[in-house]
Amino acid sequence: MAMETQEKIVLDARGSFCPGPLMELIRGIRQAKVGEIVEVWSSDQGSRKDIPFWVQKAGHELVGAFDEDGYARFVVRKVR
Amino acid sequence: MKKIVILGGGVGGTIVANLLAKRLRPEEAEITLVDRTGRHAYQPGYVYVAFGKTKPRTLTRDVRRLLRKRVRLVLGEATRIDPTDRQVHLADGRVLEYDRLVVALGARLTPEELPGFEEAAHHFYTPEAAVELREALAAFQGGTIVVTVASVPYKCPPAPAEAACQLDYYFTKRGIRDKVDIRFLSPLSRVFPIETLNPLVERVFADDNIRSTVFFNVESIDTKGKVVASIEGESVPFDLLVMVPPHRGAKVVEDSGLGDRGGWLPTDKHTLRTKAHADIFGVGDCTDLPVSKAGAAAHFQAKVVADAIVSDVRGLPATARYDGRVVCYCDAGRNRGISISFDYEHPPIPPKSLGLRAWLGKHFLNRAYWHLVPTGRV
Repeated sequence: MAMETQEKIVLDARGSFCPGPLMELIRGIRQAKVGEIVEVWSSDQGSRKDIPFWVQKAGHELVGAFDEDGYARFVVRKVR
Repeated sequence: MKKIVILGGGVGGTIVANLLAKRLRPEEAEITLVDRTGRHAYQPGYVYVAFGKTKPRTLTRDVRRLLRKRVRLVLGEATRIDPTDRQVHLADGRVLEYDRLVVALGARLTPEELPGFEEAAHHFYTPEAAVELREALAAFQGGTIVVTVASVPYKCPPAPAEAACQLDYYFTKRGIRDKVDIRFLSPLSRVFPIETLNPLVERVFADDNIRSTVFFNVESIDTKGKVVASIEGESVPFDLLVMVPPHRGAKVVEDSGLGDRGGWLPTDKHTLRTKAHADIFGVGDCTDLPVSKAGAAAHFQAKVVADAIVSDVRGLPATARYDGRVVCYCDAGRNRGISISFDYEHPPIPPKSLGLRAWLGKHFLNRAYWHLVPTGRV
């Protein structure tokens, strides 16, 4: 499910398993424009390692990873 | 009398049809299977076509011959599913009514989604492509071979790693392995999709001198310069590109508005009923189930769906649950194989090394498949 506000794409990947949330983020980054924020929600533990690792490798910016009730919210800015 | 319509004569559809024909009396239900081509393919064999070990004609059979007599076979293409009126419309104008519908249409290859794919990439996901790859390999005298996937999800997650190992074996046998650089590009954080088996596969790659790169999600193919580029910003040159094509769900699912963004059919992971319609079931590769897209998964799912439909027809509560079970064999060349078994709760336990026993298991299955699997015997 994707909700687009003015400058943020939010991808709810809760309930999908590794590598689902990472693949959602990659799809979101493909769609986003440079400077936009892509936020992915994941309940999969593997994402805590995979997502920051991928963001660094792909040269984007991890604005933050936030713990919510039963899931984590990863906020990423598309840099290039 | 209930009408049961099954779309697709692949592994899942054929097993569901045969199990229902065996268990439901003729006066209880009419069982109809719709297939576009009337041919059932053993897809794990395609990779062997690419390496010259088998011929495409050995990998298909008439669906009719695999089905029990009771099952009515309709040759045609479903173009629209109407869940409100419980009807399936076929391309030739025929309309089939159903009380229970099983969608087992598999995944659709969509090479057109990646510009340059059809021009530059080889693969082994159709018999025709596998034959072309076989010829390209035979003509190859040295250089860089890149093995990768266009996007996820795709059928048979271990297939690219299997192919990379088979390439090593193939060129070793030809005596030119030292002239061939095999590079494996993985979209994930590791080379093998299943985390528990990754260390083993990495070891095999090291032994086979296969160079791997992780987090390589293909962005574009430069067909003239022969370079594949990733969204992560890397570029890798190739002389021969072996790339699993992009996949989507079944067209009729998408055209009927029943699919998710990838065209996959949203399906309950335990009951296998579709999330939107309890009288429609999803089996195998066409679904969004969080398991491997593989015949071995469809095989176990088909039994659950057949159980549930028998219960529905008889007005009993359906208690069958799919536990996510998948069992499969991988062939890593050099007479080495691995058998993998897992479910939703239990990831596969990695063996210490690849072995002959699992390799023999794979080759036994390649032959025994026709007698054991579509019939619903195992």
